[in-house]
Amino acid sequence: MSSGEKYLAAAYLVFLGALLAYVVIISAKLARIERELGELAELARERHG
Amino acid sequence: MLFTGIALALLWAPEDADQGPSQRIFYLHVPIALTAYAGFAWGAWKALRLLWTGDSRYDLESYTGVHMGTIFGTLTLVTGSIWAKTSWGVWWNWGERQLVLFLVLFLFYGAYFMLRYSLADGPARARISAVYALFGVVLIPISFLAIRLAENFIHPVVFTREGPQMDGSMFFTFCVCLAGMLLLAGALYRNELTGKRLDARLRELREALA
Repeated sequence: MSSGEKYLAAAYLVFLGALLAYVVIISAKLARIERELGELAELARERHG
Repeated sequence: MLFTGIALALLWAPEDADQGPSQRIFYLHVPIALTAYAGFAWGAWKALRLLWTGDSRYDLESYTGVHMGTIFGTLTLVTGSIWAKTSWGVWWNWGERQLVLFLVLFLFYGAYFMLRYSLADGPARARISAVYALFGVVLIPISFLAIRLAENFIHPVVFTREGPQMDGSMFFTFCVCLAGMLLLAGALYRNELTGKRLDARLRELREALA
């Protein structure tokens, strides 16, 4: 692999890595929202019934 | 569409005779940079709408637009540095006006977050953040046109008044990559905005149940 090809691979891998990291962060956020919604639903059920 | 563009860039577009394989970074770096500009401009547009109408929902939209611009701005600097290292032999060149002005734009919007989080949540924070986001948009055309105003530059100028200075297949690949990048940014924007709105609703619900 030539030097130019190594830098080319690095640039595309940085982009794909950042995209993957973003997807992981969003997934974690969605999981947190789902958990908090469950807790609030439980709290609402306790209050009203 | 973005993955089609990447495939075209890596497998189909002809290799540049001067730069060799590293020129293919162009298909990634330039669409990312243009998407960063679009993110900042979108954030500023929403800021203007907030100041014009007073509707608070534009605050979150402006913030998310600036956030997208900052993410793509970071990627612009990283991919640009990699390309600079292979083409010019240096990671950064302080003598290049376009690079420095892009960095100034990036840092300006980086400071947006510091300003925003140093203020208490409410209409005042929304207005101050909107004014700041709107000021930053002035830097976008300056940053974009800087290379055309510079006299001695090594940063390449591909899009001139005579049109794109590249082969038709290269231009087609670039357009596919740009469309894909803008669509990706749009999808991420919507996703993030939905998440932030859900967070706000959850906060309201928690307060109501407390």
